[in-house]
Amino acid sequence: MHVKILGSGCANCVNLENATRQAVDELGIDATFEKVTDYADIAAYGIMRTPGLVVDEQVLLSGRVPTASQVKDLLSAD
Amino acid sequence: MTTPASPARATTRRWTLGAAALGWAAAYALNEVAWTWLYGTVLGLDITTGWASMLHFFSYDTIKITLLLTGIIFVVTVLRSFMSIERTRALLGGKREGIGNVLAASLGVVTPFCSCSAVPAFIGFVASGIPLGVTMSFLIASPLVNEVAIALLLGLFGIGPTLLYVGAGLVIAIVAGMVIGRLRLEGQVESFVYETRLRGQVIDSTAGLSWDDRLAMGREEVASILRRIWPYLLVGIGLGAVIHGWAPADFFARYAGPDNPFAVLVAVGIGVPLYSNAAGILPLIDALYAKGMPMGTLLAFMMATVALSLPEMILLRRVLKPRLIATFATVTALGIVAVGYLFNAIL
Repeated sequence: MHVKILGSGCANCVNLENATRQAVDELGIDATFEKVTDYADIAAYGIMRTPGLVVDEQVLLSGRVPTASQVKDLLSAD
Repeated sequence: MTTPASPARATTRRWTLGAAALGWAAAYALNEVAWTWLYGTVLGLDITTGWASMLHFFSYDTIKITLLLTGIIFVVTVLRSFMSIERTRALLGGKREGIGNVLAASLGVVTPFCSCSAVPAFIGFVASGIPLGVTMSFLIASPLVNEVAIALLLGLFGIGPTLLYVGAGLVIAIVAGMVIGRLRLEGQVESFVYETRLRGQVIDSTAGLSWDDRLAMGREEVASILRRIWPYLLVGIGLGAVIHGWAPADFFARYAGPDNPFAVLVAVGIGVPLYSNAAGILPLIDALYAKGMPMGTLLAFMMATVALSLPEMILLRRVLKPRLIATFATVTALGIVAVGYLFNAIL
Protein backbone atom coordinates (compact mmCIF):
# COMPACT_ATOMS: atom_id res chain seq x y z
CA MET A 1 0.00 0.00 0.00
CA HIS A 2 1.33 3.43 -0.97
CA VAL A 3 0.11 6.35 1.13
CA LYS A 4 0.46 9.97 0.05
CA ILE A 5 -0.08 12.84 2.45
CA LEU A 6 -0.96 16.00 0.49
CA GLY A 7 -0.32 19.43 1.94
CA SER A 8 2.30 22.11 2.20
CA GLY A 9 3.76 21.28 5.59
CA CYS A 10 0.99 22.67 7.76
CA ALA A 11 0.15 21.30 11.21
CA ASN A 12 -2.88 19.50 9.78
CA CYS A 13 -0.70 17.44 7.44
CA VAL A 14 1.42 16.23 10.34
CA ASN A 15 -1.72 15.31 12.29
CA LEU A 16 -3.14 13.48 9.28
CA GLU A 17 0.09 11.55 8.82
CA ASN A 18 0.14 10.55 12.49
CA ALA A 19 -3.47 9.37 12.40
CA THR A 20 -2.81 7.40 9.22
CA ARG A 21 0.37 5.79 10.56
CA GLN A 22 -1.51 4.72 13.66
CA ALA A 23 -4.37 3.29 11.58
CA VAL A 24 -1.95 1.39 9.33
CA ASP A 25 -0.12 -0.03 12.35
CA GLU A 26 -3.33 -1.16 14.02
CA LEU A 27 -4.53 -2.84 10.83
CA GLY A 28 -1.11 -4.50 10.40
CA ILE A 29 -0.78 -3.24 6.82
CA ASP A 30 2.60 -2.85 5.15
CA ALA A 31 2.63 0.72 3.81
CA THR A 32 5.06 3.24 2.40
CA PHE A 33 4.50 6.93 3.09
CA GLU A 34 5.16 9.87 0.79
CA LYS A 35 4.63 13.58 1.35
CA VAL A 36 3.33 15.64 -1.55
CA THR A 37 3.97 19.33 -1.00
CA ASP A 38 3.96 20.74 -4.54
CA TYR A 39 0.80 22.75 -5.18
CA ALA A 40 0.49 21.66 -8.81
CA ASP A 41 0.65 17.99 -7.78
CA ILE A 42 -1.86 18.52 -4.96
CA ALA A 43 -4.31 20.33 -7.24
CA ALA A 44 -3.95 17.62 -9.89
CA TYR A 45 -5.67 15.20 -7.51
CA GLY A 46 -8.67 17.53 -7.51
CA ILE A 47 -7.99 18.53 -3.91
CA MET A 48 -8.88 22.13 -3.00
CA ARG A 49 -8.65 21.91 0.76
CA THR A 50 -5.54 20.54 2.41
CA PRO A 51 -4.67 18.16 3.93
CA GLY A 52 -5.48 15.31 1.57
CA LEU A 53 -5.07 11.56 1.90
CA VAL A 54 -4.32 9.49 -1.19
CA VAL A 55 -3.91 5.72 -1.01
CA ASP A 56 -2.74 3.80 -4.10
CA GLU A 57 -3.62 6.87 -6.24
CA GLN A 58 -7.17 6.97 -4.83
CA VAL A 59 -8.24 10.16 -3.04
CA LEU A 60 -9.79 9.03 0.23
CA LEU A 61 -10.16 12.27 2.11
CA SER A 62 -9.56 16.00 1.92
CA GLY A 63 -10.11 19.15 3.90
CA ARG A 64 -10.03 17.79 7.43
CA VAL A 65 -8.06 15.75 9.89
CA PRO A 66 -9.74 12.44 10.74
CA THR A 67 -9.17 10.31 13.82
CA ALA A 68 -7.14 7.12 13.49
CA SER A 69 -10.29 4.99 13.74
CA GLN A 70 -11.92 6.96 10.90
CA VAL A 71 -8.85 6.29 8.74
CA LYS A 72 -9.15 2.60 9.66
CA ASP A 73 -12.74 2.60 8.38
CA LEU A 74 -11.65 4.28 5.15
CA LEU A 75 -8.76 1.87 4.60
CA SER A 76 -10.75 -1.28 5.30
CA ALA A 77 -13.65 -0.08 3.12
CA ASP A 78 -11.50 -0.62 0.02
CA MET B 1 -17.72 8.31 10.13
CA THR B 2 -20.82 6.40 9.21
CA THR B 3 -22.04 5.88 12.73
CA PRO B 4 -25.55 4.46 12.58
CA ALA B 5 -28.05 6.89 14.09
CA SER B 6 -29.28 5.44 17.34
CA PRO B 7 -32.27 7.07 19.08
CA ALA B 8 -30.62 7.01 22.53
CA ARG B 9 -27.61 8.83 21.17
CA ALA B 10 -29.77 11.44 19.46
CA THR B 11 -31.58 12.13 22.76
CA THR B 12 -28.29 12.57 24.65
CA ARG B 13 -27.09 14.90 21.91
CA ARG B 14 -30.24 17.02 22.17
CA TRP B 15 -29.92 17.31 25.96
CA THR B 16 -26.25 18.23 25.79
CA LEU B 17 -26.88 20.89 23.14
CA GLY B 18 -29.83 22.28 25.10
CA ALA B 19 -27.83 22.49 28.33
CA ALA B 20 -24.92 24.15 26.52
CA ALA B 21 -27.22 26.75 24.93
CA LEU B 22 -28.82 27.50 28.29
CA GLY B 23 -25.45 27.84 30.04
CA TRP B 24 -24.28 30.15 27.27
CA ALA B 25 -27.35 32.40 27.53
CA ALA B 26 -27.10 32.57 31.33
CA ALA B 27 -23.40 33.49 31.23
CA TYR B 28 -24.10 36.17 28.60
CA ALA B 29 -26.99 37.67 30.55
CA LEU B 30 -25.17 37.71 33.92
CA ASN B 31 -21.76 38.86 32.64
CA GLU B 32 -22.06 42.62 33.27
CA VAL B 33 -24.03 42.28 36.52
CA ALA B 34 -21.45 39.83 37.90
CA TRP B 35 -18.44 42.09 37.22
CA THR B 36 -20.24 45.19 38.53
CA TRP B 37 -21.05 43.26 41.69
CA LEU B 38 -17.47 41.96 42.08
CA TYR B 39 -15.68 45.29 41.53
CA GLY B 40 -18.38 47.61 42.89
CA THR B 41 -19.95 45.82 45.82
CA VAL B 42 -17.34 43.25 46.92
CA LEU B 43 -14.17 45.31 46.32
CA GLY B 44 -15.85 48.69 46.83
CA LEU B 45 -14.30 50.36 43.73
CA ASP B 46 -15.79 53.26 41.81
CA ILE B 47 -16.19 51.61 38.41
CA THR B 48 -17.15 54.79 36.56
CA THR B 49 -13.66 56.33 36.35
CA GLY B 50 -9.96 55.61 35.84
CA TRP B 51 -8.33 52.27 36.60
CA ALA B 52 -11.41 50.61 38.04
CA SER B 53 -13.43 51.58 34.97
CA MET B 54 -10.73 50.11 32.71
CA LEU B 55 -10.53 46.89 34.70
CA HIS B 56 -14.30 46.49 34.74
CA PHE B 57 -14.52 47.14 30.98
CA PHE B 58 -11.65 44.71 30.25
CA SER B 59 -13.14 41.84 32.31
CA TYR B 60 -16.64 42.35 31.00
CA ASP B 61 -15.55 42.75 27.38
CA THR B 62 -13.22 39.72 27.41
CA ILE B 63 -15.96 37.39 28.64
CA LYS B 64 -18.60 38.91 26.37
CA ILE B 65 -16.45 38.63 23.22
CA THR B 66 -15.28 35.11 24.06
CA LEU B 67 -18.90 34.04 24.53
CA LEU B 68 -20.00 35.65 21.27
CA LEU B 69 -17.13 34.06 19.35
CA THR B 70 -17.75 30.62 20.85
CA GLY B 71 -21.48 30.63 20.12
CA ILE B 72 -21.40 32.03 16.61
CA ILE B 73 -18.33 30.12 15.36
CA PHE B 74 -19.91 26.88 16.59
CA VAL B 75 -23.25 27.50 14.87
CA VAL B 76 -21.63 28.78 11.66
CA THR B 77 -19.24 25.82 11.43
CA VAL B 78 -22.03 23.27 11.89
CA LEU B 79 -24.14 25.03 9.22
CA ARG B 80 -21.17 25.35 6.88
CA SER B 81 -20.45 21.63 7.12
CA PHE B 82 -23.38 21.25 4.70
CA MET B 83 -21.45 23.28 2.14
CA SER B 84 -18.08 22.48 0.58
CA ILE B 85 -15.60 24.09 -1.74
CA GLU B 86 -16.12 21.25 -4.22
CA ARG B 87 -19.82 22.07 -4.41
CA THR B 88 -19.03 25.78 -4.73
CA ARG B 89 -16.82 25.06 -7.72
CA ALA B 90 -19.53 22.92 -9.34
CA LEU B 91 -22.04 25.77 -8.85
CA LEU B 92 -19.66 28.28 -10.45
CA GLY B 93 -18.85 26.08 -13.45
CA GLY B 94 -20.04 27.54 -16.76
CA LYS B 95 -21.22 30.84 -15.24
CA ARG B 96 -20.57 34.02 -17.22
CA GLU B 97 -18.76 36.99 -15.72
CA GLY B 98 -21.16 39.27 -13.92
CA ILE B 99 -23.61 36.70 -12.58
CA GLY B 100 -20.57 34.52 -11.87
CA ASN B 101 -18.97 37.28 -9.79
CA VAL B 102 -22.13 37.79 -7.74
CA LEU B 103 -22.45 34.06 -7.11
CA ALA B 104 -18.74 33.66 -6.33
CA ALA B 105 -18.75 36.48 -3.76
CA SER B 106 -21.87 35.08 -2.04
CA LEU B 107 -20.44 31.57 -1.98
CA GLY B 108 -17.19 33.03 -0.62
CA VAL B 109 -19.13 34.01 2.50
CA VAL B 110 -20.79 30.63 3.13
CA THR B 111 -18.13 28.16 1.97
CA PRO B 112 -15.85 26.75 4.67
CA PHE B 113 -12.45 28.03 3.64
CA CYS B 114 -9.18 29.13 5.16
CA SER B 115 -6.52 31.23 3.50
CA CYS B 116 -4.06 28.35 3.97
CA SER B 117 -6.01 26.59 1.18
CA ALA B 118 -6.09 29.67 -1.07
CA VAL B 119 -3.50 28.25 -3.47
CA PRO B 120 -4.98 24.77 -4.13
CA ALA B 121 -8.45 26.36 -4.35
CA PHE B 122 -7.20 28.92 -6.87
CA ILE B 123 -5.61 26.21 -9.03
CA GLY B 124 -8.71 24.01 -8.71
CA PHE B 125 -10.99 26.85 -9.84
CA VAL B 126 -8.89 28.23 -12.70
CA ALA B 127 -7.79 24.84 -14.05
CA SER B 128 -11.42 23.74 -14.24
CA GLY B 129 -12.23 26.73 -16.46
CA ILE B 130 -13.72 29.25 -14.02
CA PRO B 131 -12.77 32.77 -15.21
CA LEU B 132 -9.98 34.57 -13.34
CA GLY B 133 -12.22 37.49 -12.32
CA VAL B 134 -14.87 35.16 -10.88
CA THR B 135 -12.20 33.23 -8.95
CA MET B 136 -10.86 36.51 -7.54
CA SER B 137 -14.36 37.54 -6.38
CA PHE B 138 -14.42 34.32 -4.34
CA LEU B 139 -10.92 34.85 -2.93
CA ILE B 140 -11.65 38.47 -1.94
CA ALA B 141 -15.05 37.81 -0.32
CA SER B 142 -13.85 34.84 1.71
CA PRO B 143 -11.56 36.69 4.17
CA LEU B 144 -13.32 40.06 3.82
CA VAL B 145 -16.72 38.85 5.04
CA ASN B 146 -15.88 36.41 7.81
CA GLU B 147 -17.82 34.84 10.64
CA VAL B 148 -15.64 36.25 13.42
CA ALA B 149 -16.32 39.81 12.25
CA ILE B 150 -20.04 39.08 11.86
CA ALA B 151 -20.21 37.62 15.39
CA LEU B 152 -18.49 40.61 16.95
CA LEU B 153 -20.31 43.30 14.94
CA LEU B 154 -23.62 41.70 15.84
CA GLY B 155 -22.73 41.63 19.53
CA LEU B 156 -21.15 45.08 19.72
CA PHE B 157 -23.16 47.19 17.26
CA GLY B 158 -26.36 45.29 16.43
CA ILE B 159 -27.93 44.15 13.20
CA GLY B 160 -27.73 47.42 11.18
CA PRO B 161 -23.95 47.84 10.96
CA THR B 162 -23.60 44.05 10.53
CA LEU B 163 -25.79 44.08 7.41
CA LEU B 164 -23.95 47.15 6.08
CA TYR B 165 -20.65 45.33 6.52
CA VAL B 166 -21.82 42.14 4.80
CA GLY B 167 -23.40 44.12 1.94
CA ALA B 168 -20.36 46.34 1.47
CA GLY B 169 -18.00 43.34 1.57
CA LEU B 170 -20.03 41.56 -1.12
CA VAL B 171 -20.12 44.64 -3.37
CA ILE B 172 -16.35 45.16 -3.03
CA ALA B 173 -15.66 41.50 -3.89
CA ILE B 174 -18.04 41.53 -6.87
CA VAL B 175 -16.77 44.80 -8.35
CA ALA B 176 -13.07 44.07 -7.71
CA GLY B 177 -13.44 40.64 -9.36
CA MET B 178 -15.19 42.19 -12.38
CA VAL B 179 -12.49 44.84 -12.74
CA ILE B 180 -9.74 42.19 -12.59
CA GLY B 181 -11.68 40.17 -15.19
CA ARG B 182 -11.91 43.18 -17.53
CA LEU B 183 -8.22 43.99 -17.22
CA ARG B 184 -7.41 40.68 -18.99
CA LEU B 185 -4.65 39.69 -16.61
CA GLU B 186 -4.72 35.97 -17.47
CA GLY B 187 -1.06 36.26 -18.55
CA GLN B 188 -0.21 37.30 -14.98
CA VAL B 189 -1.09 33.86 -13.63
CA GLU B 190 1.82 31.42 -13.37
CA SER B 191 1.58 29.23 -16.46
CA PHE B 192 1.68 25.91 -14.57
CA VAL B 193 -1.83 26.65 -13.30
CA TYR B 194 -3.27 26.37 -16.81
CA GLU B 195 -1.18 23.28 -17.50
CA THR B 196 -2.47 21.47 -14.43
CA ARG B 197 -4.59 18.54 -15.56
CA LEU B 198 -7.23 17.63 -13.04
CA ARG B 199 -7.44 13.87 -12.85
CA GLY B 200 -9.09 11.42 -10.59
CA GLN B 201 -12.49 11.62 -9.03
CA VAL B 202 -13.40 14.70 -7.03
CA ILE B 203 -14.43 13.80 -3.52
CA ASP B 204 -16.61 16.10 -1.49
CA SER B 205 -14.69 16.96 1.67
CA THR B 206 -17.86 17.10 3.77
CA ALA B 207 -19.86 14.22 2.29
CA GLY B 208 -21.19 11.44 4.52
CA LEU B 209 -20.84 13.24 7.83
CA SER B 210 -23.10 12.32 10.73
CA TRP B 211 -24.53 14.89 13.17
CA ASP B 212 -21.94 13.82 15.73
CA ASP B 213 -19.18 14.55 13.18
CA ARG B 214 -20.63 17.98 12.38
CA LEU B 215 -20.93 18.93 16.07
CA ALA B 216 -17.40 17.71 16.69
CA MET B 217 -16.20 19.88 13.80
CA GLY B 218 -17.95 22.85 15.42
CA ARG B 219 -16.20 22.22 18.75
CA GLU B 220 -12.81 21.77 17.10
CA GLU B 221 -13.21 24.95 15.04
CA VAL B 222 -14.08 27.01 18.15
CA ALA B 223 -11.01 25.64 19.94
CA SER B 224 -8.71 26.16 16.97
CA ILE B 225 -9.87 29.73 16.25
CA LEU B 226 -9.70 30.78 19.92
CA ARG B 227 -6.22 29.24 20.23
CA ARG B 228 -5.08 31.21 17.19
CA ILE B 229 -6.62 34.60 17.97
CA TRP B 230 -6.46 34.98 21.75
CA PRO B 231 -3.30 37.14 21.77
CA TYR B 232 -4.88 39.54 19.22
CA LEU B 233 -8.09 39.50 21.20
CA LEU B 234 -6.42 40.43 24.49
CA VAL B 235 -4.32 43.20 22.91
CA GLY B 236 -7.41 44.56 21.13
CA ILE B 237 -9.56 44.53 24.26
CA GLY B 238 -6.68 45.95 26.32
CA LEU B 239 -6.20 48.89 23.92
CA GLY B 240 -9.96 49.32 23.85
CA ALA B 241 -10.03 49.45 27.66
CA VAL B 242 -7.27 52.08 27.74
CA ILE B 243 -9.15 54.25 25.23
CA HIS B 244 -12.37 53.62 27.14
CA GLY B 245 -10.88 54.69 30.46
CA TRP B 246 -8.43 57.44 29.50
CA ALA B 247 -9.02 59.09 26.12
CA PRO B 248 -11.01 62.36 26.39
CA ALA B 249 -14.54 61.93 25.08
CA ASP B 250 -14.09 64.00 21.92
CA PHE B 251 -10.41 63.23 21.22
CA PHE B 252 -10.94 61.08 18.12
CA ALA B 253 -13.96 63.03 16.97
CA ARG B 254 -11.76 66.12 16.79
CA TYR B 255 -8.92 64.53 14.82
CA ALA B 256 -10.59 61.71 12.87
CA GLY B 257 -14.24 62.70 12.89
CA PRO B 258 -16.64 63.19 9.98
CA ASP B 259 -15.17 66.66 9.27
CA ASN B 260 -11.75 65.31 8.36
CA PRO B 261 -11.86 64.41 4.64
CA PHE B 262 -8.68 62.31 4.85
CA ALA B 263 -9.77 60.16 7.80
CA VAL B 264 -10.88 57.18 5.67
CA LEU B 265 -7.74 57.28 3.49
CA VAL B 266 -5.53 57.36 6.59
CA ALA B 267 -7.52 54.55 8.24
CA VAL B 268 -7.15 52.30 5.18
CA GLY B 269 -3.48 53.30 4.82
CA ILE B 270 -2.85 52.15 8.40
CA GLY B 271 -5.08 49.08 8.08
CA VAL B 272 -3.55 47.47 4.96
CA PRO B 273 -0.04 46.78 6.33
CA LEU B 274 -1.41 46.10 9.82
CA TYR B 275 -1.94 42.37 10.02
CA SER B 276 -4.54 41.33 12.50
CA ASN B 277 -7.86 39.60 12.43
CA ALA B 278 -11.36 40.76 13.18
CA ALA B 279 -11.09 39.58 16.79
CA GLY B 280 -8.25 41.96 17.56
CA ILE B 281 -9.66 44.91 15.63
CA LEU B 282 -13.30 44.97 16.69
CA PRO B 283 -12.87 45.64 20.43
CA LEU B 284 -10.66 48.57 19.44
CA ILE B 285 -13.29 49.80 16.98
CA ASP B 286 -15.94 49.53 19.67
CA ALA B 287 -13.94 51.86 21.92
CA LEU B 288 -13.10 54.29 19.08
CA TYR B 289 -16.78 54.45 18.09
CA ALA B 290 -17.74 55.30 21.65
CA LYS B 291 -15.22 58.18 21.46
CA GLY B 292 -16.87 59.67 18.39
CA MET B 293 -15.20 58.15 15.32
CA PRO B 294 -17.70 57.60 12.47
CA MET B 295 -18.79 54.08 11.48
CA GLY B 296 -17.67 54.37 7.82
CA THR B 297 -14.09 55.14 8.79
CA LEU B 298 -14.06 52.32 11.34
CA LEU B 299 -15.53 49.70 8.97
CA ALA B 300 -13.00 50.73 6.31
CA PHE B 301 -10.20 50.32 8.84
CA MET B 302 -11.39 46.85 9.84
CA MET B 303 -11.90 45.66 6.25
CA ALA B 304 -8.44 46.88 5.21
CA THR B 305 -6.93 44.97 8.12
CA VAL B 306 -8.67 41.64 7.49
CA ALA B 307 -8.97 41.62 3.66
CA LEU B 308 -5.37 42.31 2.70
CA SER B 309 -2.63 40.52 4.55
CA LEU B 310 1.01 40.02 3.70
CA PRO B 311 1.09 36.28 4.59
CA GLU B 312 -1.76 35.55 2.17
CA MET B 313 -0.08 37.54 -0.60
CA ILE B 314 3.16 35.63 -0.11
CA LEU B 315 1.16 32.39 -0.44
CA LEU B 316 -0.62 33.66 -3.56
CA ARG B 317 2.74 34.59 -5.12
CA ARG B 318 3.07 30.85 -5.90
CA VAL B 319 0.29 31.18 -8.48
CA LEU B 320 0.02 34.92 -9.25
CA LYS B 321 2.68 37.18 -10.75
CA PRO B 322 3.51 40.40 -8.84
CA ARG B 323 1.51 42.65 -11.19
CA LEU B 324 -1.68 40.70 -10.55
CA ILE B 325 -1.09 40.70 -6.80
CA ALA B 326 -0.55 44.48 -6.90
CA THR B 327 -3.73 44.94 -8.96
CA PHE B 328 -5.70 42.73 -6.55
CA ALA B 329 -4.47 44.74 -3.53
CA THR B 330 -5.02 48.14 -5.18
CA VAL B 331 -8.52 47.41 -6.48
CA THR B 332 -9.62 45.96 -3.14
CA ALA B 333 -8.14 48.88 -1.15
CA LEU B 334 -9.85 51.42 -3.44
CA GLY B 335 -13.17 49.60 -2.97
CA ILE B 336 -12.76 49.77 0.81
CA VAL B 337 -11.96 53.49 0.71
CA ALA B 338 -15.06 54.14 -1.44
CA VAL B 339 -17.26 52.18 0.99
CA GLY B 340 -15.84 54.15 3.94
CA TYR B 341 -16.67 57.52 2.35
CA LEU B 342 -20.09 56.31 1.27
CA PHE B 343 -21.04 55.20 4.78
CA ASN B 344 -19.72 58.39 6.35
CA ALA B 345 -21.85 60.36 3.90
CA ILE B 346 -25.10 58.45 4.37
CA LEU B 347 -24.98 57.49 8.06
